[in-house]
Amino acid sequence: MRLDKTEISLGLIALGCVLFGFVSPGWLIFLLTIALAKALVVQGVVMQMRSGLVSFGQGLFYCIGGYTVGMGGQFFGIHDAVAALSLGMFVAIIIAMLLGLLLTRYREIFFAMLSLAFSMILFGILVKSQELGSTDGFNVHDWTLFGWAPEAGAGSQYTVFTMTVVSGLIVAVLIHRYTKAGIGVICEAVRENEVRVEYLGLSPRWLLYGNYVAAAAVSALGGGLTALATGHVDPEMAYWTTSGEFVFIALLGGLGHVAAPFIAAIVFSFVRTYAIEFVPHTWQMILGFTLLAVIIFLPKGLWSLVSREKTGERA
Amino acid sequence: MTCILETRSLNKEFGAVIAAKDLNVQIHKGEVVGVIGSNGAGKTTFINMVTGYLKPTRGEILFNGKSIMGHSPRAITRAGMARSFQVAQLFPEMTVLDNLIVALAAAESARPSFLSPLRSDARIARAEEVLKEFGVANYRDSMVTAVPQGARKLVDIAMALIGNPQMLLLDEPTSGVSMDEKTGLMDTVMNAVRQHGVTVLFVEHDMDVVERYVSRVLAFYSGEIIADGKPAAVLADQQVRDLVTGHRPTIKQGNGAS
Ligand SMILES: Nc1ncnc2c1ncn2[C@@H]1O[C@H](COP(=O)(O)OP(=O)(O)O)[C@@H](O)[C@H]1O
Ligand SMILES: [Mg+2]
Repeated sequence: MRLDKTEISLGLIALGCVLFGFVSPGWLIFLLTIALAKALVVQGVVMQMRSGLVSFGQGLFYCIGGYTVGMGGQFFGIHDAVAALSLGMFVAIIIAMLLGLLLTRYREIFFAMLSLAFSMILFGILVKSQELGSTDGFNVHDWTLFGWAPEAGAGSQYTVFTMTVVSGLIVAVLIHRYTKAGIGVICEAVRENEVRVEYLGLSPRWLLYGNYVAAAAVSALGGGLTALATGHVDPEMAYWTTSGEFVFIALLGGLGHVAAPFIAAIVFSFVRTYAIEFVPHTWQMILGFTLLAVIIFLPKGLWSLVSREKTGERA
Repeated sequence: MTCILETRSLNKEFGAVIAAKDLNVQIHKGEVVGVIGSNGAGKTTFINMVTGYLKPTRGEILFNGKSIMGHSPRAITRAGMARSFQVAQLFPEMTVLDNLIVALAAAESARPSFLSPLRSDARIARAEEVLKEFGVANYRDSMVTAVPQGARKLVDIAMALIGNPQMLLLDEPTSGVSMDEKTGLMDTVMNAVRQHGVTVLFVEHDMDVVERYVSRVLAFYSGEIIADGKPAAVLADQQVRDLVTGHRPTIKQGNGAS
């Protein structure tokens, strides 16, 4: 497997993050873990944006990933973190394969609203499920990693952080390749001209379907990691404001580079944390102005700050 | 000669408008067929039905002797019938090279790869070859939006041809192209087509262009084929002169607007 420059840079940054984890305070590690895990969900949103679809319901797969990890530990004795995360992705893939059959018939606002509808249905089901703690959700069982149980508190926090960084790295490398591979480029072609894609002998619908399922798996991984990091899941994960946040971060970062969602998610988390701390009642307004500024001044997202000279890249 | 495309009493109605009326056409392998007819005569409708974009109201379409009624455009493309469009259908925010590479990859496999790079050296080389063949190599790295109309038309046709189709349908390949560019464009296209041994049907308004390239002309009028035969015979046909070609000089002299 030959690595290109981007992939090597991503690897070095990931290594830097893991090392940085040793010296940084717990609150910062926690903040970064959540931000990076959410960035994985955002990657799913971005994958679909590249194909011209905006999912306002990516919280569905975030929640599925989280709840599968939680339920696996609580009810099915799956305590290994990797097994639980994989199961979460697997469940997300199965559900995406079903929903995708319907969703890929729709475009634009209809797709956005329908994806939102599915996530709200899950929200509704979870709220009604007393066994799953209704609106309160439930706690995630203690977990192990290949048989090793990290000590509670700082130890487990650092372990999740490292797992998230490693997952982020693997996903970033895969998405980086995916974007340049047949399906990635042709999904962009679908966004630009579906009729032409059809007349090249390809099915836009099945391309979008494959992309939708892949995006669901990535987002579920983000949900699973969040569950491990917070030790708790609740129906809020599927609520529309959560999905809105993912779209927000996606726009903040832009589609210019696979690293953009990670950067945007970290910036978002810091802005929100400090906004809540210093202006507790108007933090939403601060976030609103941030997005407004990005849309007006950096329509291609924060990534355009990093790559000013790069022409040809687009939001 | 073997028949590559055949339609049997093909009909299409849009409400009260009859866009195709009992079209019985047989195109043979290796023919170059010109389709003429004024605007609204049903030329595009014919191409759209044959390529699976529009569902005929009645009738039968056979490609290589097999029915393709109800097949999707992609299935028909895969079967070997490619087309270009009246308005070039490209991927506007991609480079010309990428447009061709996507077309090439699509021709190679109906299932694009998830991880191996689309822009392989082999595909780049092949796409460059085709760009050269079509005389648009200088636009290789331009975004489609920055490419002039004539070159876009060529890229559109190149994308249809890169998949080595057996038959090519061109809907007004020279529309939107300046008078003096027309012949050059058609020469380029027809050279490429001859090298690939493709059967061609193209819609054209310029009778000089038609006479220059085709072996056979179909004249459409109000959804019907009113003449079918050698160019000299069809263009001399009284009905064709009255209903199709005859109008042209009068319009041109009238006010010059159209
Ligand atoms: N999608 C459509 N809906 C309704 N009427 C249509 C449609 N497409 C074509 N028509 C009508 O069918 C007739 C033939 O159109 P068309 O095939 O586009 O003509 P041409 O390509 O010869 O100019 C015209 O009267 C046109 O208005
Ligand atoms: Mg037409």
